[in-house]
Amino acid sequence: MPEVLIRVEDLWFRYGETSPWALKGVNLSVFEGELIAVIGQNGGGKTTLAKCIAGLLKPTKGRVLVENLDTSTTPTHEIVKKVGYVFQNPSHQIFESKVRDEVAYGPRNLGLPPEEVERRVKWALSEVGLLGYEDHNPYDLDYGKMKLLTIASVLAMKPKVLILDEPTTGQDHRGRHLLAELALKLNKEGITVIVITHDMKFVAETAKRTVLMAGGEVVLDGPTSEVLYAVDVLRKNAIKPPQVVQLSIELKRRGIDISALTVREAFEKMQVLLERRAGSRSRG
Amino acid sequence: MEAVVKVENLTYAYPTSKDFVLKNISFEVQKGEVLAVIGPNGAGKSTLLKSLNGLVPHFYGGKYGGRVIVAGYEVLKTPISELSTKVGFVFQDPEDQISGLALTVWEEVAFGLMMLGFPRDVIAERVREAIDYVGLRGLESRSPFELSGGEMQRLAIATVLAVKPEVIVMDEPTAQLDPLGKFEVLSVVRKLAEGGATIVIAEHEIEDVVYFADKMLLLDDGRAVAYGDAREVVAMVEELKSRGVDPPSVTELSHLLYSRLGVDADYPITLEEAVEVFTRVLGGQHA
Repeated sequence: MPEVLIRVEDLWFRYGETSPWALKGVNLSVFEGELIAVIGQNGGGKTTLAKCIAGLLKPTKGRVLVENLDTSTTPTHEIVKKVGYVFQNPSHQIFESKVRDEVAYGPRNLGLPPEEVERRVKWALSEVGLLGYEDHNPYDLDYGKMKLLTIASVLAMKPKVLILDEPTTGQDHRGRHLLAELALKLNKEGITVIVITHDMKFVAETAKRTVLMAGGEVVLDGPTSEVLYAVDVLRKNAIKPPQVVQLSIELKRRGIDISALTVREAFEKMQVLLERRAGSRSRG
Repeated sequence: MEAVVKVENLTYAYPTSKDFVLKNISFEVQKGEVLAVIGPNGAGKSTLLKSLNGLVPHFYGGKYGGRVIVAGYEVLKTPISELSTKVGFVFQDPEDQISGLALTVWEEVAFGLMMLGFPRDVIAERVREAIDYVGLRGLESRSPFELSGGEMQRLAIATVLAVKPEVIVMDEPTAQLDPLGKFEVLSVVRKLAEGGATIVIAEHEIEDVVYFADKMLLLDDGRAVAYGDAREVVAMVEELKSRGVDPPSVTELSHLLYSRLGVDADYPITLEEAVEVFTRVLGGQHA
């Protein structure tokens, strides 16, 4: 049984004493090695929850434990060593004039020796495929690479948990595929990944578990293959499941069961059905 | 048929760009047609769209070759101010469009008409029509900056509609929006298309685009690498994927079945078509 890395217990949060509650009693356990998608309409509490997990916001009520450290009583700089948060808008995060310095900033602040800083910069840039860009100005990079740079900067802190806040917004399809592959690769290497996203295709291709949030509460929490098939609940939350899921549901009504999440999966299931059909025809 | 937009061998470089960003592009959009421009980021989509309202080359300068004719006007020889009543432009980020000068939604929509010197009663009538059309009735006295992303983008569309341009150009109008905003805006685009508007739109959401586009132009590295009937372009699965553009999932699935297993059926481009095709191929019962 993998270990619980993050435990969110009856978490309530509001931005000001008279503000409405942004989170209303959220309970969530994140296990080591998971890749979780958090979905839901804007205003549902996704980003607030993520920032509470990253220690950037402190609970108004309830608590958040990161490896048994309570974020309310642990200094934020201790939490950020464990949980890395990548903002949606890369320009909110970039402030150095060289790629190398941008990535080195975090490790330097940890007080690591120069050789170790250098090692981490190299490693983080190679993880995201930006080796060779050390001397570029971050603002000369295209939007997709800028996003990768912000991920590298966070990786250089060697966090156990990586939170990606809407990584695919403004990306083209190629950028989305790159980010999906990167999330899967980092997860395979042992990093626990939490992705906040509106991109259901991205969810279907990467996440094993999906959490749907609305009105500051967790509405659904389960395997992606179940959550993305809860179409009535999704529709109520203005979420359109991936086209392959919609297709699977329509085909099922016609007696064909493929129940797939991705094109690849749908193809494999259809292949099996076609072979079975051909087999029964040749026997008949 | 009457071509509202005619682009002939358009080649263009910004003053600062090393290479040409548009290379020998030609296409036509007839009255009432919708042309979708697709392609990866950096392909030249925005630049191409800006050549239709004269921002390219009048505002940016640069090297320019070929001809662009919109509503009978040659863009190179027509000032932007004159083109602005012929070509309505919707930007990717609605905040770029909102004037910042108007205090209310109503004023924002009226702003362009006032600048053009329309009489009061015409303005009132057109503003009402435009606001109703995009579904913002009841929000007339709100501040534009209090609107959600989807509402703000619909407001941007209303400001364009009020001027009654001959062609509406939209540059990835949903790229910055959440799913609800995307849905709201794409519904308006679809309604416009069905109502006979002439539209040129750059958009990544191809699974939605197929419901309203008549033609498609695939742009990569400044070149029109595919151009034609939307159905034909969408069916070029390998070509699209090699250019970093995902076709609709159902089309891709059909292509896999054909190329790997030899299943020969028409490529569906919408979910509804796919349900038909795959029910037949897999021997299901029609519901």
